[in-house]
Amino acid sequence: MKHQSPNIDRTKCVISIKGLRKSFDDFHVLRGVDMQLFQGENLVVLGRSGTGKSVLIKIIAGLLKPDSGSVNVLGKEMNHISPRELDALRLKIGFSFQNSALYDSMTVGENLEFPLVRHVENLSQQEVDERVRTVLEAVGLSQTINQMPSQLSGGQRKRIGIARTLILNPDIMLYDEPTAGLDPITSMDINNLINEVQVKFNTSSIIITHDLTCAKATGDRIVMLLDGQFQYQGTFDEVFSSLDERVKSFYDYNFID
Amino acid sequence: MISNNKKEEASSTRKHVLSRKLDTIFIDLYNIYSFLLRFFKEVFVPPYEFKEIIRQCYEIGYRSLPLISLTGFIMGIVFTNQSRPSLSELGATALLPALISVAIVRALAPLVTALITAGRVGSNIGAEISSMKVTEQIDAMEVSAINPFNYLVVTRVIATTLMIPTLMCYTIFVALMGGFVNIHANELTSFTSYFQQVFDATSFLDIFSSLIKSILFGFTIGMVGCYKGYNASKGTEGVGKAANASVVTSMFLVFIEELLALQIINALRAG
Ligand SMILES: Nc1ncnc2c1ncn2[C@@H]1O[C@H](COP(=O)(O)OP(=O)(O)OP(=O)(O)O)[C@@H](O)[C@H]1O
Ligand SMILES: [Mg+2]
Repeated sequence: MKHQSPNIDRTKCVISIKGLRKSFDDFHVLRGVDMQLFQGENLVVLGRSGTGKSVLIKIIAGLLKPDSGSVNVLGKEMNHISPRELDALRLKIGFSFQNSALYDSMTVGENLEFPLVRHVENLSQQEVDERVRTVLEAVGLSQTINQMPSQLSGGQRKRIGIARTLILNPDIMLYDEPTAGLDPITSMDINNLINEVQVKFNTSSIIITHDLTCAKATGDRIVMLLDGQFQYQGTFDEVFSSLDERVKSFYDYNFID
Repeated sequence: MISNNKKEEASSTRKHVLSRKLDTIFIDLYNIYSFLLRFFKEVFVPPYEFKEIIRQCYEIGYRSLPLISLTGFIMGIVFTNQSRPSLSELGATALLPALISVAIVRALAPLVTALITAGRVGSNIGAEISSMKVTEQIDAMEVSAINPFNYLVVTRVIATTLMIPTLMCYTIFVALMGGFVNIHANELTSFTSYFQQVFDATSFLDIFSSLIKSILFGFTIGMVGCYKGYNASKGTEGVGKAANASVVTSMFLVFIEELLALQIINALRAG
């Protein structure tokens, strides 16, 4: 069980969502999601495959438009944000993709430099190298700097993906299934990394997962996404003390033997 | 991305006005139109990705050289060899250099260069961009506030538009050399007298119109590859489809453009 991070400030809301709805064709994925992310906290969103977890954070990052409802990120209303404001906002958001989304044609080092040299002006090559080295050390993969993404394992790719978002010092981190498809030990490494990032880089994070170990290890607060809405929030134990059949089966099948 | 999705939503909730198929054609046309419009808007807007443009020029231009050299040279030999019998019936084999230079400069070089690069480069662009789309690399650029259209599409279209005319000039040279090898072996024409006849037979308008055509072909090949890649459907089969569609569509358009250009050039010659 995770110790609550001391940096959490529950009076400051970095993301606030009200009545968010999103559907594709006639398929209603999100049906009135309400949520708040507080300064410095790790919020875990649990839900089964296809419940719209990825859709939710893509809306937060401005990759998808909501059908209705309000999404406020760092004081900016996503519904009427200008392209320029959106770009400025995105620099404060780190997005770790479900499949890492590393740029195949570039080495690890070039992947990390790519956003940096385009957004921070007047950096000397030395400073760029320095920043790259710092984030690579933070994720514990300094030796991979000259490798191509295709030469990395799934867990390494995830870490590089996280490093690439850290290089711009984001205020908010969005992790899409950081541990999916990884072995338990590598998963634990990633969980620790997420907690380290929270403290070291002072981020507020949304962690999307269906891995209960990850939820338990990283979440200051947990919510269940059920039927397109957020239900049952609280600490890990609070959520899973619920008698709702859907929540219970989620827990039970996770530890089936 | 946002505007794209708006369009997708609009098209999905919209009732089908005509038949479903006809509707998708019109939506496609509209999408192509807005893709083109976006290109002309963004090509002038900084940041300019010079490094990526150079890299693409190298990929598209330099790396096509072996294939172009081989094809161009063989084309020159074969075309010369096949033209000889009909000319010798008329006792006019002396006109061979003039004939092949006209054929190569006016028609063969632009068309062959375009078709070969449509196959090699078009499929490459289609596959590369669609796989970036499918694996969310384009989204990753978007969320780090980098304009993927500018970085991926503008650079590649500029590179094809510059490189295909350049390759076309090279094809002319190589094909004429192929022709020379064949003529020298048969008619014992000297190098200088061969090229003297070649230059006498080609006009400025010939070269100029071929260059313009090649620029158009290059733009088409780059644009089609990028459009098909950028609009690939999700899933890995989208990549194969995008690569395939890039080649088929750009070849088709190259022929259409060739026909149209022919009409215009003929009008110019007559006028
Ligand atoms: N761009 C899109 N177009 C159409 N449908 C989509 C799109 N994106 C997502 N969906 C649909 O929305 C639903 C939710 O997708 P989402 O990717 O958010 O699921 P998820 O909760 O992240 O699942 P997983 O745990 O498998 O990643 C899916 O049924 C999917 O088919
Ligand atoms: Mg997902």
